[in-house]
Formats: sequence, C-alpha cells, structure tokens
Amino acid sequence: MDFLTILQIFDSSLRLATPLLLACLAGLFSERAGIFDIGLEGKMLAAAFLSAAVAAITGSVWLGLLAGIGASVAMSLIHGLASITFRGNQIISGVAINFLAAGLTVVISQDWFKQGGRTPQLQGGARFEPINFPGTVGSRELDGVGPLGQFYSELLSGHTILVYASLAIVALTWWILFRTRYGLRLRAVGENPAAVDTAGISVVWLRYSAVLICGVLCGIAGAYLATALQAGFVKDMTAGRGFIALAALIFAKWRPWQALYACLLFGFLQALALRPDVIEAAIGMKVQVQLLDALPYILTVVILAGLVGKADPPKAGGQPYVKEN
Amino acid sequence: MKPIPGWADVILIPLVSVLLAALCAALLVLAIDEDPVEAMKLMIDGTLFRSAGWGFMLYYTTNFIFTGLAVSIAFHAALFNIGGEGQAMLGGLGVALVCLFIPWPHWTLAILGATAGAMVFGAIWAAIPAYLQAKRGSHIVITTIMFNFIAAALLNYLLVNTLKPVGSMDPATASFPAATHLPTFQDMAGLLGFEGMFRGSPANVSFFLAIIACFVLWILIWRTRLGYQIRALGHSPSAAKYAGISPTKIIIVTMLISGGLAGMMAVNTTQGEAERLILNFTEGAGFLGIAVALMGRSHPFGVFLSALLFGFLFQGGAELGFWTSIPRELILVIQALVILFVGALDNMVRMVVGQAFHLVGYRRA
Repeated sequence: MDFLTILQIFDSSLRLATPLLLACLAGLFSERAGIFDIGLEGKMLAAAFLSAAVAAITGSVWLGLLAGIGASVAMSLIHGLASITFRGNQIISGVAINFLAAGLTVVISQDWFKQGGRTPQLQGGARFEPINFPGTVGSRELDGVGPLGQFYSELLSGHTILVYASLAIVALTWWILFRTRYGLRLRAVGENPAAVDTAGISVVWLRYSAVLICGVLCGIAGAYLATALQAGFVKDMTAGRGFIALAALIFAKWRPWQALYACLLFGFLQALALRPDVIEAAIGMKVQVQLLDALPYILTVVILAGLVGKADPPKAGGQPYVKEN
Repeated sequence: MKPIPGWADVILIPLVSVLLAALCAALLVLAIDEDPVEAMKLMIDGTLFRSAGWGFMLYYTTNFIFTGLAVSIAFHAALFNIGGEGQAMLGGLGVALVCLFIPWPHWTLAILGATAGAMVFGAIWAAIPAYLQAKRGSHIVITTIMFNFIAAALLNYLLVNTLKPVGSMDPATASFPAATHLPTFQDMAGLLGFEGMFRGSPANVSFFLAIIACFVLWILIWRTRLGYQIRALGHSPSAAKYAGISPTKIIIVTMLISGGLAGMMAVNTTQGEAERLILNFTEGAGFLGIAVALMGRSHPFGVFLSALLFGFLFQGGAELGFWTSIPRELILVIQALVILFVGALDNMVRMVVGQAFHLVGYRRA
C-alpha cells in the first residue's frame, strides 16, 4: 500500500465525516441545553430532501441549502414545541420526528417528481462543487509532485465549501460554548435550569435557541448529503448517520473538539468499509464490513458502560423544566 | 391544567389524538391532489371487506401486539425500551436456529421450541443494556438504539456468511422443514369447511399466541408480586427501594421480559410467514411498538386494540400503494403523527380536552 492510497482513504474519511460532524455539533448544542435529540436523523433526512428538491427546481444550490435548513428548523420547532412548551417526552418526540421525515420525504418527492421517492440528478450549479486550492494538480499528475504536493492536492484541497465550513464550525462551537456569556448560560441550563431561572434568564428562550441552532446545523448536514456528497435525494439516504452522530456525541462526551475527532474516526471506519482491499493489504486478513459498520455503536456502548472513561450526559438532560409557582 | 375524568384520560385522549393525526394525514393527502375520503374508503374496502384483507391485517396486528407489549412492560418500570427492533431481529435468529437444527415431529411442538428460542435470544439482546442501566447507569434509550444497529450488522453478517445455504445468492437461511410450518388462517378455515377464506394471506396461529401473551401480561402486571414491584419502581424508585425492592433486579427482569416479547414477534414473521430467516424482516415493527404502547396506555387490552388499528393502517396503506399514486410511506406519516399527539404532545391534547370539560362544568370530585 502506498502513500497515495492512504491519502485517498483519509480524503474520503473527511468527506464522510462531514455530515456526521455537523449533525454531532447540532446534537451538542441541543443536549448541552438539556434537550435530548434522537431526531437528528429525521432532521437531516428532511433537509436532504428539500435541499435537493429546491436545488433541482431552481438550479441554485444555495437556495437548496436555505430550503434544507428551513425544513430541518421546522422539525426542530416541532421538537421544541413538544419538549419545551408542552413538556412532553423528548425521546418520544424524537422518534416521531424520525418517522415524520421518513414518510413525508417519500410522499412529497413522489408527488413532485414521480421518480419513486427520489429527486432528479443534480448538475452544475445545483450542486456544491469542490474547491481547488491554487497550485493543486489533477489526479493524473499526482505521481510527479512528491508526498507534500500529494498531501496538499489530494487531502487538503478539492473539498466542497461545506467541508471547510464544518471544520470552522467546530472552532466556533467551542468559542461560543466556552468563551461567551450565551455559551455559559447554555451549559448552565443543561445542568441546572432552576439556577438559570433564578438568575432571571429565560430557560424557555435559551432552550429554544439551542434547538434552533441544532436545526440549522442538521439542515446543513442534510444539504451536504444530497447536494455535495451525492447528487440528489434518494429515499432514506441518511442511512443511520443521525444515530452515528449521536454515538459520536456520546463518544466525545459532549465536547466540540472531541466531537471532531470522534466523527473523523467514525468517518474513517466508513471509508475503510468502502475499501476492503486496503484493509486486507494493510493487516493481512479480511475484516468483515459488518464489523466496521457496527464498530461506532460498539465503541459507544463501551464508553457508556464506563469501561474506558465514563460519559456523563448534562444533568438536566431529558427533563422538562417546570417553573415553581 | 384543568382536571379531566379518569375515563376520558384512558379513552378520550387517545381517540382525540388519533383523530388529530387522521386530520393531518387527510390534509396531506389533499395537498398531493388525492381525495382523502376516497382513500379512506379504499383502505376500508381492501382491509375489512375481504377475508384476505383481514388475514393481512391480523398478521401485522400479531407483530404489533408483541412489540407493543414489549414497550409497555418496560414503560411500567419507567424504562424506555427503544430496542424492540434489534431484540426482534435476535428473536428471528433464535427461531431460525431452533427450526433449522432441531428435527421437530410436528408444528405444535415446533412453535413451543421456536417461542422459547425467540424469547431467549430477544431477552439476551435486552440483557446487556439492562445490566448497563441497572449497574452502571448508562442511559437505556441510547444503549438500546446502539444495540439495534449492532443487531442489524450481526444478522447481516450471519446471513451473508454463515447461515446462507451453499450456492445461494440470497442473504437468507434455507427454508425451514415442512414439519415446522405453522397453520395459516387459510388452512384453519379450510378445516372448518370455509374453503378459500383468507386466501394467500399470512395470518397464522401465532395470532393466538399474541392473544395469550396479552392475557399473561395482564396477569403479570396487575395480579402478581413481580408486577407490583415493577409498577412500584416505575412510579417511585425511592419508595420502591425503601420497600425493599431491588431496582437492579427489577430493571433486569423487566427488560428480559420486554426483550423476550419483542423476540416473539419472529415466531409470526419468520416461522409463520417467511418460513426462513431473511434480512430486514422486522420492517420497523419494533419501533411501531412505541406507538402501539403509547396509544394503548401500556395496558395489554389497549395494546391489543391499538395493534388492531395499526394492523388496519398497514394493510390499508399497502392497498393505497397498490391502487393509487399515494405511496405507502403515508403510513409512516400517520404513525409519526400518532406518536407525536399521543406521546410527545400529550400535554397539549390534555389541555384542550381539560378545557372542554371545564367549559361543560366538570370539576374534580
């Protein structure tokens, strides 16, 4: 196995990690504010559909992205209404959102496009195109530029803007959570909402804001799936990514930089699953694809079990806040 | 929030929620330029006015009773078992191993063996999340979700690599021997002299197994010491602990029962219908159990009724997909709306109903 193959694997790890990372950060905002969210999958799916649909109709990927964010935020509002305003069960609400998205996306896409629950293939301006940095070379000339040039051309350059944006959002999330007043309050409302309330800050508004941020990030994640990673929407295209993101969130113990590492790891596992030949060459034996599929979940259970460091969720997570009267 | 009488809490709230869900679904059908009244008629005609329609409906109902009971018993202990899907998959594995590797003389014995296999495998799959919840405090919702995906990967691996007959391309086990095949409603109607009833529909004797399970669970929850302990723990863990009930033991036992029930679904699908183990045979029934349990108010009789309703919706949805341009995924939307209104927005429905009772002059006695 040569250096270039390793670079290719890392390259596809990064692409596959991006939707996980965005959804994971989305979940991070929501859960840090004390709202459990197992509806990440549904929000991504809704966003994937509407972004692809609008991009296909208007030919503009940016309008598609906006529409995708809109779809995901609408789902977030349902979650907020159920779990904040009406103090319902957050898990049940999340389950409902996943089903709602799985059903609505197929029913509506069948009505709009009559293609068996998919959107038309996206082309040109209806898709996010890779950005090539100055001085990069095409895949055929890679042999002539040496390892550093290969690293620059193959791994650093040539991704869509959403990939770079998601990396920036990691830093931004860290900064918001740990360096701003809003972030401090957000973390406080997930640990002890009564204290936040006593300080005269609205618990309801803080939690809604977190749920809305979660919607925006899931929207970008879904749009990335349908308009950058792939060229159009197909039924159930999120394929459990929302749950892998949830697993990554726990794996990262609800911290942004660790979320990046967890998502890169899980993205790497997905990339390996696509290249069984490389694994065989590297370790001299076949590894079952199903094991790679299951590994993120197994690792998360191990972390949850506290076998390797304990993952403790925000203390007020999952409980509706009832103001004293 | 205004008080409401007990009967309204049990009957009216789920009913209002279902009507709200139906209304939303009707609006969606209107929005895609179809006629909701016509669609409803088609669903009723294709399900209730044909014996084969009944056969399909009761087949789905059987699945939903098992998974609904599984979620219900866990709810009584204040546990959320979202892993019915994975436990049912493992149940299927148990059924397949029992049917393939034990030479059964007759189906009456085979169904007992398969039920035991399904329960044991389903229970094992629920045991690890249960242990982690009871001993390590790991959130059972998250662990059971993770175990669904691990189960899917495991089943996929076994069917593709180990259990698939040599030379077959299909990721499925060999067909079970004829002696394990369960009598369908069609067979039974034939014996009673009604040839041709339920023709081609998959409902089979495991429907009666589901009815028995409802009855046994009712006795367990409300007529036994264990049931009392489960409910006590669900209502107040601290009071239960003070009364000498071991939370660890009750959590684990409840989840074993829950996983066993979810696993039993496979007797219907794997032994009764497919007569071999196939990929994705659960078809979301494990998740649907959540909707069934919520609407049935975690009571076995309520679970039976709401499983019937969802059985009707599933068969009706298939009819819609067959005869109209409405995709059968409409059922997923209805299912989501029911879960939303009965479960997550429960307080909203309750508020409206409470207000209505207040207006007609109801005050708590």
